Amino acid sequence: MEISAPTLSQLRELEAESVHIMREVAAELERPVLLFSGGKDSIVLLRLAEKAFRPGQFPFPIMHVDTGHNFPEVLEFRDRRVAELGENLIVAKVQDSIDSGRAVEQGLSRNRLQTVTLLDAIAEHRFDAAFGGARRDEERARAKERIFSFRDAHGQWEPRAQRPELWNLYNGVLGPGETVRVFPISNWTELDVWRYIAEEGLELPSIYYAHEREVFERDGMLYAVSEWLRPSDGEVPKTVRVRYRTVGDMTITGAVESDATHPDAVIAETVATRLTERGATRADDRTSEAAMEDRKREGYF
Amino acid sequence: MEAPSLLRLAAAGSVDDGKSTLIGRLLYDSKSLMADQVADAEVDLARLTDGLRAEREQGITIDVAYRFFATPERSFIIADTPGHVRYTRNMVTGASTADLAVVLVDARNGVLEQSRRHAYLSAQLGIRHMVACVNKMDLVDWDEERFRQIEREFGDVLRELGVEDAIAIPISALHGDNVVEPSENAPWYDGPPLLRHLEQVEVARDRNLDEVRFPVQWVIRATDYRGYAGQMASGMLRAGDEVVVLPSGERTTVERVETLDGPVEVAFPPMSVVVHLANDIDAGRGSMICGAETPPPVARRLDARLCWMTDAPLRPGARYQLKQTTRRVRASVESIDSRVDLARLRDGRPAAELQLNDIGRVHLDLATPIMAEPYTRNRVTGAFILIDEKSRDTVAAGTVLEAYEDPGPPTGPHSPGVIWHEPALPRRQRWSRLGVRGATVWLTGLPASGKSTIAEELERRLVALGRPAYLLDGENVRHGLSGDLGFSPADRSEHARRVASVARMFADAGLVTIVALVSPAAADRQWARQLHNEAGLEFIEAWVDTPLDECERRDPHGLYARARAGRLRGFTGVDAPYEPPMAADVRLRGAEESVEQSVERVISALP
Repeated sequence: MEISAPTLSQLRELEAESVHIMREVAAELERPVLLFSGGKDSIVLLRLAEKAFRPGQFPFPIMHVDTGHNFPEVLEFRDRRVAELGENLIVAKVQDSIDSGRAVEQGLSRNRLQTVTLLDAIAEHRFDAAFGGARRDEERARAKERIFSFRDAHGQWEPRAQRPELWNLYNGVLGPGETVRVFPISNWTELDVWRYIAEEGLELPSIYYAHEREVFERDGMLYAVSEWLRPSDGEVPKTVRVRYRTVGDMTITGAVESDATHPDAVIAETVATRLTERGATRADDRTSEAAMEDRKREGYF
Repeated sequence: MEAPSLLRLAAAGSVDDGKSTLIGRLLYDSKSLMADQVADAEVDLARLTDGLRAEREQGITIDVAYRFFATPERSFIIADTPGHVRYTRNMVTGASTADLAVVLVDARNGVLEQSRRHAYLSAQLGIRHMVACVNKMDLVDWDEERFRQIEREFGDVLRELGVEDAIAIPISALHGDNVVEPSENAPWYDGPPLLRHLEQVEVARDRNLDEVRFPVQWVIRATDYRGYAGQMASGMLRAGDEVVVLPSGERTTVERVETLDGPVEVAFPPMSVVVHLANDIDAGRGSMICGAETPPPVARRLDARLCWMTDAPLRPGARYQLKQTTRRVRASVESIDSRVDLARLRDGRPAAELQLNDIGRVHLDLATPIMAEPYTRNRVTGAFILIDEKSRDTVAAGTVLEAYEDPGPPTGPHSPGVIWHEPALPRRQRWSRLGVRGATVWLTGLPASGKSTIAEELERRLVALGRPAYLLDGENVRHGLSGDLGFSPADRSEHARRVASVARMFADAGLVTIVALVSPAAADRQWARQLHNEAGLEFIEAWVDTPLDECERRDPHGLYARARAGRLRGFTGVDAPYEPPMAADVRLRGAEESVEQSVERVISALP
């Protein structure tokens, strides 16, 4: 009788790949750091780090680039989660970059200013590798990015000079001042992330699930009314049942109407949707066709 | 219902074969495409997948893009690889992780050189499943004869490449025929549409499940906890299994295999797990835990195929870092044996260099061994990259054709026109079958220092212990092999070279070779050591350090007396220098310790 070959489920195969990537970074780079936004992708990263290194400590600290315009639910979640893990948290504040004159506020969004704060923090702590939760399915410039994404001494990405990335053999050899961004969940989709959250029973900040919120509509997106963002003339605030698909700066992250109060309900809505999470809810990616490519070249996440 | 599995596929084709359109169609029709990614899908499916500004401007695909879609049966990762010949390296990158290749063929043009090249590269990268999508069938009026002709041509190419699982599908990517839904335009085609085939093809068996290879990535340490973390490269591993840890060669058993989620009954590729061994042994990153029955070679030399990926050409003699599994070692290019003729898909002639996008066959020398085996047998342990030490760039993708434990030809001169033959029987196999372990003990010291006495006793003791040993006495070798040599510095050097070369071969054969030779020149001894080290053989320099006056007092053959009287010229210690070793492995005090003591000390230094 022929015995069928053992097979991992797609989700567990992705998990195994991500764990391998994290261990490679820990072994080959000197001072890695894990970038944590409080969003679902970086929450998955934390779980993957547990899978890779427990019962040992993480061989790297966790860093949050705080725009100062965060959802309070996310900050509360961040502090609680890091305390549970018993790991080190570094908070790099965009406000500090503004106060010191390193970054200048233009308009409402501090999204682009994060790059300055991020690069300064990487230099200050002499990090040579930074884990991020970016995925290739998010956006088309990301679809081309390597898992080990090389940055020059200015933190910049050169899409035409990416190192070839073959098999699972990552080249983490760096020169002075050079760094590498590492994306362990490059090959995951939004749906994979949600399925993993459901299978692993991961807790998320409450804003990911349906809740009543005062919002107003602008450019076809629903924005929360907050101290940083108020409706202009003609924009009528209303209370709607919404959830967030991504977590970013409050001024640019839009909500979607939803009744999903648990992961399986979100999965059902995700399967049915016809818009990517970035296209639906992120104003920063709507600026131009190459908005993400341009920001990545500058050193964005 | 079984959880969906993952299929990684590479899509390749010539510039205008419609590859990006096909991928756009797969994404669109399987409803994996989001509305904001569809600018005007019906008009321009291809543009969906070209992500970089330069690509949109030039209308071609430069870099590999990864696309994702899923059906209830399976999830798919598509490496969308550029078709242009200038981006062969990107094709190789995309295909390196793929289980299946989809090669696009334009029905009007048939199987072009580039389609053949992509099929060849895919086969070289170990892809065992191929699909030829004969595209633009609508432009040849769905002519069955035309399709069958291409199907035959493509089949011939694949047969030659040894690809067994292949299928040709007549499609129109633009109109969606036979991509997701069967087409009414080709009633004569009774096979599945592309997506159905992709959902059903079985790839789990492609993985090597027979030979356990577990490269250690990282050691997890915590209080009362020490586990070896890594990803299963091949084989199936369970608690209780007998394993050998390479390169040290220590044997032990597996105590348990686990993940954060608990014990794992059987680990198989590509699982990431933590392995606990029964004995406390010296293993760390770069070690490989292997099945005790079928360990891989601990290779110092590779016969390999390289795809060259950078502008500066590869030349013989160049040195790189080689990364394979979790090891990074220095490697030098000994020779470029051939450059593949990509038009004829055959190994060509020896080449002076490899240029960007060239594929060639090379011999590599490794400064430190790696556990490697042919790529056709193991896609993990047979794969490596080369990293340039100055630019730090990844400059080549390599696949192992053969991994040799045995060193190649010794460095130094060889007769004109001779060819080195690789030993058919690897050293380790010979040694383990015969239960021997070769090495060379090189006894150096002044005349009459006691070298021969120690050497003879050492030989007797080793043989009594059951270790094959053989004494190469300098004087005896001068009867015969070195019979044409005198005692000038040049002749002494040549004599040492011959003795060292013979010792190397004896040690390789499995003998503990004992050399008793004055060998006054440090350079000659150093050369002998290098000869052994390069061959991966132990070399023990034992300095018989007996003071000159004691040697002169002994003078068993009256040679010192003759030299002092001026009747013997160039005698070491009298009118020719002896250069004492700076770092002998063993220093024997010939005047102070007994022969037995000296012999014991040498034996304890032996591997």
